Formats: sequence, C-alpha cells, structure tokens
Amino acid sequence: MRDVAIVSVAQTDHRRAVPELNEVEMIQPVIQTVLEQIDAKISDIGFTCSGSSDYLAGQAFSFVMTLDAVGAWPPIVESHVEMDGAWALYEAWLKIQSGHADTALVYGYSKASPGDLPRVLSRQLDPYYYGPLWPDSVAMAGLQARAMLDKGMITEAEMAEIAHRSRTSAESNPHAQVKGSPSVDQLLAEDYLSNPLRKHDCAPVTDGGCAVVIAAGDRAREWADNPAWIRGIDHRVDSHNFGARDITRAPSAALAAEKAGVSDGQVDVAELCAPFTHQERILRNELGLGDDVEVNPSGGALAANPIMGAGLIRLGEVANRIMAGDAGRGVAHATSGHLLQQNLVAVLEGSS
Amino acid sequence: MGDATSEQEILRAPLTIGYDFQRTTGPVIGAFFTALREHRMLGIRDKAGRVVCPPVEYDPGTGEPLTEMVEVGTEGTVTTWSWVSNLRDGQPLDVPHAMALVQLDGADTAMLHAVDAGSPDNIGSGSRVRVRWRDESVGGIRDIVCFEPIEGGDHG
Repeated sequence: MRDVAIVSVAQTDHRRAVPELNEVEMIQPVIQTVLEQIDAKISDIGFTCSGSSDYLAGQAFSFVMTLDAVGAWPPIVESHVEMDGAWALYEAWLKIQSGHADTALVYGYSKASPGDLPRVLSRQLDPYYYGPLWPDSVAMAGLQARAMLDKGMITEAEMAEIAHRSRTSAESNPHAQVKGSPSVDQLLAEDYLSNPLRKHDCAPVTDGGCAVVIAAGDRAREWADNPAWIRGIDHRVDSHNFGARDITRAPSAALAAEKAGVSDGQVDVAELCAPFTHQERILRNELGLGDDVEVNPSGGALAANPIMGAGLIRLGEVANRIMAGDAGRGVAHATSGHLLQQNLVAVLEGSS
Repeated sequence: MGDATSEQEILRAPLTIGYDFQRTTGPVIGAFFTALREHRMLGIRDKAGRVVCPPVEYDPGTGEPLTEMVEVGTEGTVTTWSWVSNLRDGQPLDVPHAMALVQLDGADTAMLHAVDAGSPDNIGSGSRVRVRWRDESVGGIRDIVCFEPIEGGDHG
C-alpha cells in the first residue's frame, strides 16, 4: 500500500440557500482555496474526482458543467460519483494506490434549496415497493428513531442533548450554518416535525460544498508539514429492503470500521455523518466508540448538511485537526441513502 | 462566497423534471402485484425459512434465487411508525397519516405503507391494521390505498 494523505481542505460557508450563485460559482472559490493553500495548480493534480447529484441539480451530467470550476483545459483526468464526495475520495485513493496518479483533487457539493429535499431524497428508494409511496426522508428517519425509542436504545431527551451538544460545538466552526442551541428543555417543549422527530433532530437543508487534496508519499510531505495519513478506508452497504432488517443497527458501518482498523488504536476525535440525532447513537455503537471519544467538534451534519459534501467534510474536519496537531489519530465517517444504509469509514493519523 | 446579488435581481424560473422510466417487474414482484389485483398478499420463503413480504427475488442472506411464493394475511402488526403532517405530492393519503412498517400475519418481515390512523394517538408499535384496497387496480404497490387500524385493536 502507498502512503496517501489529506494535505489541504476547504469548504463553503454553508447557508440554507445560495440563490445568487449557480453550482459552478459556488464551488469555484473552494477549489481555488484548496489549491492555493498548498501553492498548487491544477496542472499539479493527477486525478480529479467529484461527488454530486443530478437529481438535486435538475439535469443530467450536471457535474460536467461544474468542471468549469476546475478548469479542464489542457485536458485533465477526471471522474465523478453520484454520491457523497467521500466516495469520490475513495475512488481517488484507489487511483493513487493503483499507481495511476500521485495527487488528486476531490470535491463534493450540492444546492438543495431549489427543490423539496425530503421529497427528492425519496427517489433514492427502490422503485417498486418504497419509491411509489414518496415517503419523505424525515418520516423515513422517524421509523428508525421510533424503533430505537421502543427498544430503549435512546430517549427523546438524549436525542435533544445530541442536537444541543452538536450545535453548541458549531459555535466555534466558522463554516457552520446552524450555530448555538436553545436548552434541552426548550428543545423538548417544541412540537414534533414528524413524530417522533422534532426539528432539532434533523440536519438543516444546506447549499454548499467541500474540496480536499490528497497526495502520496513525498508529495504529501512537500505540501503539508503534518499530512493526515489515510491509514484505513472502507465502505459497505446494507440492504435497501428496510422492512426485512433491523433498522436500529448499521452492520455495514461496523464492517467498514473493522476493515478500516478503527479499533487498532486510540481515537482522539471522530466526525460522524449523522443527519438525524438518533443516528449518532447507532454509529457510536457500530464503530465501537467509547464515551471518552470527542464526536463532531465541528457540529457535524446537524450544523450543516450539504448533500454530497457532508461526508467529505467529515474527512476534512478530522484531517484539519490532525494537520493542526490537535489530534493524533481520528475517525471520519460518511453515509449515503436512507437510514444509514451505506457507510464509509476512514482512519486518519498524523506522522508522529 | 462572491458578491451577493440583491434578491430582486436573481432570475428565477420553474423547472419541472421527471424520470419517466418504465420498469419490468419480473417473476417475483410481478406475481406479488398480480395478487394485489385479486386482493391477496404474497410473500416468498427464503433459505432460512423466513417468509419475506413483500417478496424479493434473491435470498437476503445468501443471494440465491427464491421461488416459493407463500400467501400471507391482509392484516398485520405495526412494528414502527412515524407521523406525516407535512403532506407531499404523490403520497398515499392527502390527510395527515402515519408511515409504518407493517408485518403481515404469516410474514417474518415488514412492509412500508401509510396508515390512515387519523391521529398519532391512534397508532403505536404493536397496533393491528388491515389493508384498504383500491377499487380499480393500478398495477403496483398503490393497489393498496393504505392500511387502517382494526377497530377495538391494541393501540400499542
């Protein structure tokens, strides 16, 4: 295996809606920043890979337009996933592992504001049994929360505590969209949005994105004093047939964590992509993170949730803490689909 | 994030998109949908002996093709639910309702559908519900209008 590290991270200042910019205009400054931070040009990049959604952009092959934000002349080697940018990073990591590139630019972004996001996300479901019912993503998540509440795996107060802790942490995150929180008692006094979920249990709707540069070996050491080495990365998927499995668990997250080597060392920080409060509890269980592990100091997806970017941001947040020397070893998680169906886990480490 | 153009200068236009795929249903899902037309519910037996409803073509555990269709009941038990009050186009009911996973009698897995419970006070995990059939078949899962609580049943 080649040593590959995250060496630069940039993201938008996330907002509920960015009507004055199209996707290219929104992500271009982020790509410019992620390269400028390491004095790199696009000609220094061996592979470019993005994550975005045509369903959110409202047109086929929308990512081709967004390549204008990179500058695709002279020709570049590029690819795209209709998934979170974390999976684009996985593809780029493979490209470097296979020796076809030494450096890669990865980005993920979306504007969810032009449509009704919970309705658009229903198009991720199977087209025979689930999709024709148009179940919105909040009601779907509510099924999972209810199953956990029924089993005694969590309480509504504990869910509110997760929301309160996350958004309080987000006060120190300059990019966060939702910062600060009413008290847990105030949160619990609110009406349900989709019983058993209240508004605070749900990630906000966000326009935004994130970009990351990864590089192999000496190139990584040239670009960063303390690169965040990717020591393990793996992604797994569970059945889309939610009625036929235990939705209070995410076996794919546990398997990805095992393959990525989460338990092989101490975890100083974890960034978990949990768009609903109760999902943080599932992920802590599946990744085997103890109560002593600091989770989502950035505020997590509850503080800003650009679809197709929120998972890559988790990798970026852990990498930034390692590159800054605030953490020695960290875990980043990304998810895709409803009810934590698909999960990616990465272990990042400083040089030490 | 660039110079913000003032709100009134932003050009806006409606964009209506559709993904009008036609799909074939195959021997398993097709059989399930055909049975719905006759107001019957079918599951399929998997390699572990469980009855999966709605039926799936391949074994959830081993991936082997499945063929043994099994008739199950048209009444069942709510295993989990959430309440939908922000109604959206295309959903089964145009009044606030529950989305629920319902395990039909004789099945070992649950199916997703709406429950016309009227109020969240009228539903709980463990509630008994029955199918409300559509009069005219539309050839799919929407031949089930929704589930409805069985009067006098346990509200969980």
